[in-house]
Amino acid sequence: MLYAIETEGITKRFDDITAVNKISISVKPGELFGLLGPNGAGKTTLISMLSTITEPTSGSAKVWGFDVEKDSSQVRENIGMVFQDTTLDDRLTGRENLDMHGRLYGLDGKTRKKRIEEVLALVELTERADSIVKTYSGGMMRRLEIARGLMHHPHVLFLDEPTLGLDPQTRNHIWEYIKVLNKVEGVTIVLTTHYMEEADHLCNRIAIIDHGDIVALDTPEALKDGLGGDVIILQLENPDDKSKLCDIYEKNGCAKIVSKQNGEVFITVKDGEHQIPHVLSLASNAGISILAVSLRKPTLDDVFLHHTGRAIRDRGASEIEQVGFKIRSRRK
Amino acid sequence: MKKAINRALQTVYTMWLREMLRFWRSKSRIIGSIATPLFFLVFLGAGFSSSFQVEGGKAFDPSYLAPGLIGMVVLFSSMMGGVSIIWDREFGFLKEILIAPVSRFFVALGKAVGGVTTSVIQGILILIIARLMGIEYDSFSGVLAAIVIMFVSGIGFIGLGIAVASRIDSHEGFQMVMSFLTMPLVLLSGAFFPISKLPAWMTVLVYANPLTYGVEALRYFLLGESIIPISRSIIILLAFALAMTILGGKLFGKMKV
Repeated sequence: MLYAIETEGITKRFDDITAVNKISISVKPGELFGLLGPNGAGKTTLISMLSTITEPTSGSAKVWGFDVEKDSSQVRENIGMVFQDTTLDDRLTGRENLDMHGRLYGLDGKTRKKRIEEVLALVELTERADSIVKTYSGGMMRRLEIARGLMHHPHVLFLDEPTLGLDPQTRNHIWEYIKVLNKVEGVTIVLTTHYMEEADHLCNRIAIIDHGDIVALDTPEALKDGLGGDVIILQLENPDDKSKLCDIYEKNGCAKIVSKQNGEVFITVKDGEHQIPHVLSLASNAGISILAVSLRKPTLDDVFLHHTGRAIRDRGASEIEQVGFKIRSRRK
Repeated sequence: MKKAINRALQTVYTMWLREMLRFWRSKSRIIGSIATPLFFLVFLGAGFSSSFQVEGGKAFDPSYLAPGLIGMVVLFSSMMGGVSIIWDREFGFLKEILIAPVSRFFVALGKAVGGVTTSVIQGILILIIARLMGIEYDSFSGVLAAIVIMFVSGIGFIGLGIAVASRIDSHEGFQMVMSFLTMPLVLLSGAFFPISKLPAWMTVLVYANPLTYGVEALRYFLLGESIIPISRSIIILLAFALAMTILGGKLFGKMKV
């Protein structure tokens, strides 16, 4: 088998909204593949189709060689899924949750016992295994869900926003687990995220998704290199000069324009430190006054900005996180 | 084929096991759920027997209420068990089950068998407490038969609960169901009064109510008296249980998460 996942023009429409628009991707076995995009970009819908929860409107997809529509139960046998919101039974203990999962996936008693210890050790929850899940912290719950997703030795593991709503320390921990299980268990991982650092830190390849379309797909390095060097951000005194300044740089050929918004111009240049004086003198020669200038290595933020003209904002995300927590913490 | 059967049984057992574990962990809920019918039995029984006479001038016998209250508990906890799917959906666990490579029908069946087990346990508790309070049963074999009746009616109501839960979107809808479905079912079942001399319009409703046959059958086996012939009650209860299992399984199969 050449690909762990292969989609061909897979599409999902809800009434008049196209959530996923003719996406074709292939993921190699053992790869750690990221779907990066803002909330509502279609990431979750895409993995819902790949994990047989949602049926595609058109197009097709194969997961581990099985068609998601025709052989949905074989697909299910071969995948593990960690959803955005918790799907644990919080009245049961961690161990009972894992045991239940093992039973549903047809593992016999001996295998279950052995595997439960393995996955608990992997996410370092052995000591708390016999506590009721209700008493777990958010990070522990997420770890338990990841452990559960691995119980039945899936070939492909889907992680939907694996660190959404977690504090930075816990996030770092989860990242380490994800890396380890990709290496140690050799499982192909597809994760969705709207955190740039997460995608950058973890993924072998990243597909940037916006409005249901893939706008860029490559390794994080290649995506950033594609911008053409270091990022220089120029803050203009008069925002109306933006287009004029961009024209000058384009004509001169010294820099690539990433974007222009709110009185700021993002450009990329090779060897930024040495190019700053040149860039500034071009501006002053044209009589455009610059208030501030900064230089940095390109990030995936810049890549997203370049391809979509917008930044991925976390404002919407924090709202969603709060709602998520409310739902989770509401008592039964 | 053997593997498929094993898998189906394992699914049913897993869902049953989960209900048992949850039941065991929520002891306060069990106490609460059997307290209500016991209050009915004690206070309603005392109130009725001190004020009302039955035909022939004898005082009302509180033991008349026992089968009705057992029926009520089975109805409440079975409906609750079925409708708890809404909670599973709201709290996410349903996704975990629905993405597993198992048949949804057997998931629903396991949930039903688990819910019924808890209902029957609660019914038996009432049976025992009522006995300790001085209510006498006809025979031991009658008690065993009554437990079977609890099981069969429980399956029917849990199927109904699952069917309803599969169609309503929120836990707000659950409250509606509970007040518009369970209360009338109890009051129109002859749990509290004989069904032989009711006004015609009410008789129709009473005879259309599956719980009536459950209560009548329980009364037959526990106290040795019933208005509806026992064979008819049993046939109707079995048919109801079968129909609701099919309906519940079908609607659950179409349920969206």
